[in-house]
This record gives sequence, structure tokens and C-alpha cells, in this order.
Amino acid sequence: MSEQPSLDKPSDAPEPTPSAAPAGDRKPLLEVDNVTLRFGGVVALNQVNFTLYEGEILGLIGPNGAGKTTCFNAMTGVYTPTEGAIRFQGGKISGQQRFKITKMGIARTFQNIRLFPEMTALENIQVGADAHHRTSVPGALLRLPRHRREEKDGLKLAHDLLELVGIGGTEHEAARNLPYGSQRRLEIARALATRPKLLCLDEPAAGFNPAEKQDLMQLIKKIRDTGVTVLLIEHDMRLVMGVTDRIVVLEFGRKIAEGSPAEVAADPKVHAAYLGVPADAA
Amino acid sequence: MSALRERLRISNLPKPARYSLGALGLVFLFLLPNKWFYEYLGIPLGFAYIPLYTTKNDMASVLFICTWIILLSLGLNVVVGYAGLLDLGFFGFFAVGAYVVALLTSPESKLLTEYNWLESPWPWLVAVPIGIALSLLAGVLLGWPTLRLRGDYLAIVTLGFAEMIRIVAKQQDWILNGDRGIPEVGHPPGSVGGEPLFSFDAKPYYWLALCVIILAVFLIRNLVRSRVGRAWVAIREDEDAAELMGVPTFRFKLWAFAIGAAVGGLSGTLWAGQANFVNSTTFSLENSILVLSAVLLGGAGNIAGAILGGFLVIYIPEWLRSVGDVFGLPETVTVGGSTYDISPTSLRFAIFGIVLIVVMIFRPQGLWPNRRRAAEIQHRKKEVAVGE
Repeated sequence: MSEQPSLDKPSDAPEPTPSAAPAGDRKPLLEVDNVTLRFGGVVALNQVNFTLYEGEILGLIGPNGAGKTTCFNAMTGVYTPTEGAIRFQGGKISGQQRFKITKMGIARTFQNIRLFPEMTALENIQVGADAHHRTSVPGALLRLPRHRREEKDGLKLAHDLLELVGIGGTEHEAARNLPYGSQRRLEIARALATRPKLLCLDEPAAGFNPAEKQDLMQLIKKIRDTGVTVLLIEHDMRLVMGVTDRIVVLEFGRKIAEGSPAEVAADPKVHAAYLGVPADAA
Repeated sequence: MSALRERLRISNLPKPARYSLGALGLVFLFLLPNKWFYEYLGIPLGFAYIPLYTTKNDMASVLFICTWIILLSLGLNVVVGYAGLLDLGFFGFFAVGAYVVALLTSPESKLLTEYNWLESPWPWLVAVPIGIALSLLAGVLLGWPTLRLRGDYLAIVTLGFAEMIRIVAKQQDWILNGDRGIPEVGHPPGSVGGEPLFSFDAKPYYWLALCVIILAVFLIRNLVRSRVGRAWVAIREDEDAAELMGVPTFRFKLWAFAIGAAVGGLSGTLWAGQANFVNSTTFSLENSILVLSAVLLGGAGNIAGAILGGFLVIYIPEWLRSVGDVFGLPETVTVGGSTYDISPTSLRFAIFGIVLIVVMIFRPQGLWPNRRRAAEIQHRKKEVAVGE
């Protein structure tokens, strides 16, 4: 929580963002190393390779069924790669227990909102904040000092995060009763409460109108400026082009392109994947 | 209407009012088994009119049964109500607690008479923590492999566990002594004017159990209002999302199981002291089901609900026995030459069963539910309706 939000003005046209610095300059945060994931005969991910550097916003795009969410699930421990490895800050995360991966610093939101529906907004975030709390049953049973301190800290963090994502005032509302957009924001707040180094957003703008998308872009940049690396799956090209530093494109479980938004937008393979190959070029 | 109800909620009253209400309630509970209390209030006892007192069964005994069932439903409420794990064999832990106390404190225990592991019977107070600890251990041992299962599987495994304990206790002779059981279980210490305070009279046991319940409620409430309680609710609402948000789901499910088991064991130790005799017949499946229905009747996920449920499942059938005396109902009816027994005593479980069914139809969330849990059930009902 060091810097102020960036002053970048998101524009309508896909402005060329500064292309990613050479790999040598930046510290890799997460490496997806030759990951293959098979479900029976279906190859969901096929030797996918890419690296996320600290402090960047990486977009992961691709047509429906390209394996974006599968890739997310592999990173957060829901699936274990059949081959290859995923390393986070040099340590292997494939095969780790999921809550430990969260504790290491990877948090996520879900494509279909999965808040705890009957818990209040505040409690939802508190659950996330508890990820780093060390009080267990004995401490809570006897209300030891550490328990009280952690409760207080968690509550404060929860209030702060609600403000950050822009839904302050909904503290005691059950998550189920929040409007759709607020639920998406609450998911982001809950993920941030786990104090992640990497935040994975799975289609955070799904169902948003253009104004809400603008707000979301601002929010994502604001989050990055607090020192959190962001991985973004999104279908809305304008949003992806406007907010990301680099983009990785998947199609049928393979990586077909990687580069700055401008480079990716100009890549004929990406065009082909999204729009199909013109008959004469085939 | 709802605004008024909101203002009348006990939790919204000012603190002094809440505390004095609580204190009054406690005094009332402690006076409940005394006959003179009713006489003082001017409520006639006997065959004329008995609103609360049970005439066919000692009131103190009934209340003591209520208290240990309440303790059981408090424990099961942690497992079923908060963590959302269906445990059908909760009485198994009660059995562990009861048998441990019986084995350690009875002079007839085979640990003394045959195996000579013990020099002399241990005091009840020493046996109780051991009983609780071993029930907790049983909970951990049972939970360790089974809590990786979800839903129905867990229910079946726990069911098997309780039946296993009962059948082993029934059939094996080595220390549990089969159906002959273990007599002369020790009593809690303490004496008044040379007479032991705890013997066969249920009243002191009721008071002791009441104190234990107050302590248990206090501790469970601390848990529920901490990260532990939040983790349990999160697991109940969306286990996968909880784990991905950093909740060590397995560990907290195991804790819920272990805490429930420990409270169940504690209940067993209290019961064994008063019952003075332990054998396998008490640990039948019906009792596990009875405790589960207490939790559901009262309202799963709410401590007050569990207490209410535990009280009602015992008190209603026992009170129904006295109803005949209250209203002067006939005990038998003769139809076409044959005589049928229609005394409330023999019909009490049928009546109670109907009450249970009616409550579950009109109030599936229980009589005194947790607001959140009630909402979950409401929404689930709606989702089912949409699916049809």
C-alpha cells in the first residue's frame, strides 16, 4: 500500500502501453513451465509456457474453451498439471494444498461468483484476511490477546478493502443481496484480503456495462499500484488492451502469441484465432 | 410488526436489562426442579392442574435428562449446525465418555477386578477430563480418514462408528462386560452435613449440568464469533471457495468434529455419574437420531436453538405423560368389545413424532434458527422450486 493510484487515463482506443521490459530486468513472480494438463483424452493445456513478472498486469486471452480458466485452476492448485511445473517465486506450487498456495500469495476470483452468500460483505472479506492469522481453536476459545489483535486487524483491513473496491457502506449486507457489480467487487476485496502478491481475476468484467468496465480498469490499475501483480482473464478486448502490460494468447490449450497489447493486436495468428482464417489465406 | 420484533430482540436491549434478564432466567432454571417453588408460586400440584411439573416422573430426573441431551445437542450443533457435517453417530462419543468414567471409577470395573491395572477406583473428577480427552481423541481418529468424504458418505461412516461402539460393548466381555454392564459408577465429590451431595437424587446433578452448560455455551460462543466460526460457516456455504481463500478446510472440519466429540463425551461423563450403571442399551441408534432431531428442531447453527431443541425433545414426551392427569383423560377406550390403551403415556412418542413432522413442514429452519442459516434454507427451497 505504498503509492497513489496511477494517473494513467484509460482511453477508448487501444493505446500502445509501454512494451514489457526485457526479462532480465524484472523479477519473475510466477513461471508456467511447459505445463500440460490432460483430462482423459482431452488435452486442456498443451505445453504452455509463460512468465509473469513482478508488478505487471498480464492479460490471458483466447477464444472460448482455449484453456484460460484451466490455466488459472492449475495455478491455484485446483488441478495438478499432468506434465510440467508451475513455480511461484522459485518454489514449485503444483501439488501443494490449495490453502497453502493462497498463503504463499496467490489469490483469485471466480468466473461464476462464489462468495459465501449468507455471510455479510464484511465477513466475506474477514475470511480472506484470516488466511494469515495464526489464532486457532485454543486462542479463540480463551480469547487470548493475539486473537483479539487479529480480529481487530482483520476487521480494519476488511473496512479498508471495501472502500478500496468502492462498495463502502455495504458492510452488513449479506453478500447474496448485493447488486451483481458489487458482488464482483466484493470478490476482488476478499481476494485482496489474503494479502496476495499475485491476484488472478477470472473475467471480472463479465456482465458489466461500459461505465462499470471503466471503473474496473481504474480499480485494476489501482491494485497494481499497491504492489500486487495482476493476471487477468477477460473477453472484453477494449478492457484487456487498455489495462494490461503484456498479453498471452491461448487457443485450444496452446500458447499462440505473447507480447505487448499492440504486438498481440497486430498478430495475424491472433486474428485468425478470433475471427477465423480467411479462405484465401488458408 | 417486524420492526417491533426487531426492537424486542434480546440482543438489542440495553446491557443492564440483558444481564438482569439472564440472571432471572438462570435463577428460574435453578429453581425449576423444586416442588416448593411451584407451591410458593401458588401453582397447585397433584391431580388438578400442573402446567410445568411432570407428575409421572420425577421432575429433577426429567430436567437432568434434558441437560445432558442439551449438552449433546450443543456439541452436535457445532458439527452439524456450524460446520455443516452430517454426523449420525454422535452418541458414540457419549458412550466413550460414559464408559471411561465407569471403568475408572467403579470398584466393579474389570480394570480393577481382573486386570489389576488400577489399585483402587479413581475419583470422578479425575476420570472426567480423561473421558473428555478420550472422546476428543475418538473424534480426531474418526474424523482423520472420514472428513475427506463429503455429505452422505460421512453420515454413513459416523453411523457405523456409533453402532460399532454399541455392538462391541454389547458383545465383548473383556472390559466393558457386555450387557451386564458396569455398576457402581463413581459420583462427583462434595458433601452437605455429612451426606454426600451427589448420590441418586438427580437434583444436584441437574444443577451441576446447568453450570457445565453455561460454561460450554460461553466457550462455544467464543469460538463461533472468531475466525474458527467464520471458517466453519464458509466451509458450509462453499467448501471449495473457502479453501481457495486460505481456509485450511480439513483442519477446521476436524476441529469441529473434535470439539463436538469432546462436548458429547462430557455429557456422557455426567450421565454415567448419575445413572450409576453403564451398559450398551443406552447407546442405541435412536438416541443419536434424537439428538440430531433436537438440533434440527431447535434450529441448526444457533446455540440458543440447540438448547431449546435439546430441552423440548425430552421434556415434551415426559410432560405428555402427565397430560392425562392434568385434563383427566381416560387411560383406555373400548371399541367393539376390545380395549385399547390410549393413555398419553403410551402415545407420547407418537404425539411427539407428529409435533416434529408439523414443525419440520412449517418451520424447516427450526424453532429458533440462526438468521443466516434460515436464509440458506429459504434460498435452497427456492432453488429446488425453480428446478422443478
